Amino acid sequence: MSPDVLLKLLETDARLSDQQIADRLGVSVSEVAAQRAALEKEGRIIGYQTIVNEDNRGVSAFIEVRCSPERGGGFDRLATRISRYDEVKSCYLISGGFDLLLLVEAKDLMGVARFVSEKLSSMDGVLSTSTHFRLKTYKNNGLLFVQEPSHERLHVIP
Amino acid sequence: MDWNKMLSKQVQDMPRSGIREFFDLATGSKDIISLGVGEPDFVTPWNIREAAISSLEKGHTTYTSNYGLESLRRAISKYVADFFHVEYDPLCEVLPTVGVSEAIDLALRCLLNPGDEVLYHEPCYVSYAPTVMMAYGTPKAVETSIDDLFALNPAKLEAAITPKTKVLMLNFPTNPTGSIAPRKTLEEIAAICVKHDLFVLTDEIYSELRYDAEEHTSIAALPGMKERTLLLHGFSKAFAMTGLRLGYACGPKELIEQMMKVHSYTMICPTITSQEAGIEALQNGTPAMREMRDSYHMRRDYIVGRFNDMGMDCHLPGGAFYTFPSIKRFGISSKEFALRLLQEEKVAAVPGTAFGACGEGYLRCCYATSFALLEQACDKMARFCESLRA
Repeated sequence: MSPDVLLKLLETDARLSDQQIADRLGVSVSEVAAQRAALEKEGRIIGYQTIVNEDNRGVSAFIEVRCSPERGGGFDRLATRISRYDEVKSCYLISGGFDLLLLVEAKDLMGVARFVSEKLSSMDGVLSTSTHFRLKTYKNNGLLFVQEPSHERLHVIP
Repeated sequence: MDWNKMLSKQVQDMPRSGIREFFDLATGSKDIISLGVGEPDFVTPWNIREAAISSLEKGHTTYTSNYGLESLRRAISKYVADFFHVEYDPLCEVLPTVGVSEAIDLALRCLLNPGDEVLYHEPCYVSYAPTVMMAYGTPKAVETSIDDLFALNPAKLEAAITPKTKVLMLNFPTNPTGSIAPRKTLEEIAAICVKHDLFVLTDEIYSELRYDAEEHTSIAALPGMKERTLLLHGFSKAFAMTGLRLGYACGPKELIEQMMKVHSYTMICPTITSQEAGIEALQNGTPAMREMRDSYHMRRDYIVGRFNDMGMDCHLPGGAFYTFPSIKRFGISSKEFALRLLQEEKVAAVPGTAFGACGEGYLRCCYATSFALLEQACDKMARFCESLRA
């Protein structure tokens, strides 16, 4: 069994048990368990999370950060420091007009504002920030957030 | 009004499809899990839907040539050359139709004189015999069996040929058995067709959906066969486009020209929306098609394993998205099995007899449904088999 086949199944539904995966792939449960453990150990599987539709819960913002790279380490040390904050849900190094792109979540607008003014902007190496509040999510992690009623197929078709 | 007198005798005498009867029963039931469908569970890939939307947006809502859009014919010709390794001239050897069903109807009407016999292998898709009858031909079934994994046995085929036999219809991979015809078998069939001067209609609508190691071979690609074969293919199964109703026929220009004539009087052309979506499917649909195929493959392996575990002997079908498990060991008819399965466990599968008398003792189960539902359906069927044994 190739690790990619296992990853593809788990990316579609992380709740699949080792038994269900074994049934689908026609391999033994122990093989699935071993492969999964190996992927976790290698760090290719980082975790298993539920994708929640939380547009109505709290506030989130995409924040562009410009920062000065360090000799030797580039952006890594600063990016890791920023990533440690609980408010930061995602952090990417980006090409183009700024350096880091953060997805930040807080209880309310003031929560995001406090994070930016008190924590982020005051860090050594952060040159400027630009905050964009999320208004609505249409798609996340490959999943559409708009729930369309499913189109009924006929039960019996030749 | 005296409808017996008013309605055509030929049409009145034509039996209703066995599947219709079952359809009516299943439609009345609620919360059923259906293994009774004959279409993909995927929605048409977005790029193909987008091409259809864009076509409407641009105001392309006219008739097209009776031959269909030239750009579509060119795309079909290229796709067929790449996939089937047969070259057809897009200007005179390709005809886009409203599904393969229309192409079969056109071809039979153009080939048959009253009394000409058409051979086809059973169990088979429900429309073949009635379409032959509507073209005033005589349908003759050649039975296939599990001994040949439901491929057409060349010796049985040859034995069924009479001086009146004109056409042979093939459908591999097959609905309802999922069987394929190995290249060697096709070569023997081709030799018989040449020897007896038969014309071949080959419905290869499931040809992309193959899971065995052999590359799909069309009988049209075998030496000497292109001139006596009409290759029928379409978009419904491989590209999940059943509702868009688009298929095509590729074959000798003499036949295509006559088919176009009938087509021009009856259908005119497939909708331009579907034709433009079809171009996108042929040019950019293959990655999505492969994803769908791989997903069916995984489900096939699962469901066949489960069926054999629960005591329904089931061969591993090489293609399409159907399994054809035997229920013979339970000692009841296919119809009774399917009815009780529907009533007691709310799982719909189609009795094998809907596809010909030799389907008795079998059930057609389509696995083009979500894995979660397949798991539930298999659990219910296992319980049902257990109850029949008790």
